Amino acid sequence: MDEFTTWDILRNLLLAARWTVLLSLVSFIGGGLVGAALLFARIGSGRIGPTFVKAYVELFQGTPLLMQLFLAFFGLGLLGVDVPAWLAAGVALILWSAAFLTEIWRGCVEAIARGQWEASSSLGMGYVQQMRHVILPQALRIAVPPTVGFSVQVVKGTALTSIIGFVELSKAGTVVTNATFEPFTVYGLVALIYFCLCWPLSKSSQILERKLNVAHRNH
Amino acid sequence: MSLIEITEVKKRFGDNEVLKGINIDVAPGEVIAIIGRSGSGKSTLLRCINGLENIDEGSISVAGAQLLPDELHLKALRLKVGMIFQQFNLFPHLTAGRNVMLSQMVVKKTPKAEAEAMAKTMLERVGLGHKFDAYPDQLSGGQQQRVAIARALAMQPIALLCDEITSALDPELVSEVLAVVKELASEGMTLLMVTHEMRFARDVCSRVVFMHQGRVHEIGKPEEVFSNPKTPELQQFLGMTH
Ligand SMILES: Nc1ncnc2c1ncn2[C@@H]1O[C@H](COP(=O)(O)OP(=O)(O)OP(=O)(O)O)[C@@H](O)[C@H]1O
Ligand SMILES: [Mg+2]
Repeated sequence: MDEFTTWDILRNLLLAARWTVLLSLVSFIGGGLVGAALLFARIGSGRIGPTFVKAYVELFQGTPLLMQLFLAFFGLGLLGVDVPAWLAAGVALILWSAAFLTEIWRGCVEAIARGQWEASSSLGMGYVQQMRHVILPQALRIAVPPTVGFSVQVVKGTALTSIIGFVELSKAGTVVTNATFEPFTVYGLVALIYFCLCWPLSKSSQILERKLNVAHRNH
Repeated sequence: MSLIEITEVKKRFGDNEVLKGINIDVAPGEVIAIIGRSGSGKSTLLRCINGLENIDEGSISVAGAQLLPDELHLKALRLKVGMIFQQFNLFPHLTAGRNVMLSQMVVKKTPKAEAEAMAKTMLERVGLGHKFDAYPDQLSGGQQQRVAIARALAMQPIALLCDEITSALDPELVSEVLAVVKELASEGMTLLMVTHEMRFARDVCSRVVFMHQGRVHEIGKPEEVFSNPKTPELQQFLGMTH
């Protein structure tokens, strides 16, 4: 039997952590794009858009991410589509992130004082112009800290994808443990890597929040 | 010829009828003060004239054009009628100059250089030429309100609606804003202003409208209205505020 050094363990975990980072990025960016589309449907003046998005958000916020992963993985499989784990993981995480981001951003848009809408209306601006020049620039600024904060949830959320067989950091931890029989060392290192990914994010979210509170200004 | 014709205007919020048939005709260059107790419908009336609220009955026309609640008519109306709010409502992410430039560029498609020149002129006019690059949170309340006036003026409206524009200001800042309004009035701008500044109303306004429970209860020249109130409600109101 080969001896595993701590370095061997760490190296294997770090290699797998690349997938955690990649999946996080894809989920966050994809979720952001879908979330932005949902946001416009949600705050638009239509009938169907807001109702649909409300239901969508409630569905994804009201069920565990794990169930969503199972449904994406096994559900699509039942339909005869052979879904690889990475695809199911990506799709589920994108849709899940979109639900949370759209809700965070809706809160930011609604936090803009009604007077801003009224003043821009009284100056003759239409809905799109108000959004583009008055509401979104202000909403985006207050959205930055909670959005960055949410990215931490995305990173941690990727850990669940190990259960459907996607080999990212957590799954690699299990594999390496089975080979080394050193669960404490392995999972300790896994936790450390997660911490190194998440801590800068949550810290920068806090710093951004403080900064934007002090000088809430564009240039 | 009236510039603004308000005819039998009614407005309800649910079961609450806030305007119960308002009739006012405003001639060009008139300065009208609207006074009345809290809840009498003063703000609602101004908001209806600017299309921020839809009216349920009656009609409003500005410079001969009917106010209709579709996007195109609303925009046309808002180019003619500017509005100043109690809370200033400057865009906090833009400098004073940019606040004045934005709607010119976005709504009227004025080229940037021209909008900038106009913004400078208008800020000069309210005595704030030197604050072009200041952000709203770097300005006093009185200065912010004057920027808001400049912003409305830059659209070259034919009338301005002012809803208690000095009520959110510290007492020592009220006069600088009123001075600007007085100047506008003397230049012939048509003004409809909800105000609690009775002295200002007496000195500057051509007519005073006393609103009570959603109706125009008394209307007339300031001398008549203030010195010789006919109804007990107005007598009581004036007694209350003096
Ligand atoms: N958006 C709204 N929805 C429901 N009720 C409203 C709305 N806006 C105003 N009201 C009601 O209409 C009535 C008149 O309000 P309005 O703001 O016009 O009064 P006002 O004369 O301007 O009073 P104030 O001096 O306090 O500003 C009040 O009873 C108010 O509660
Ligand atoms: Mg009011």
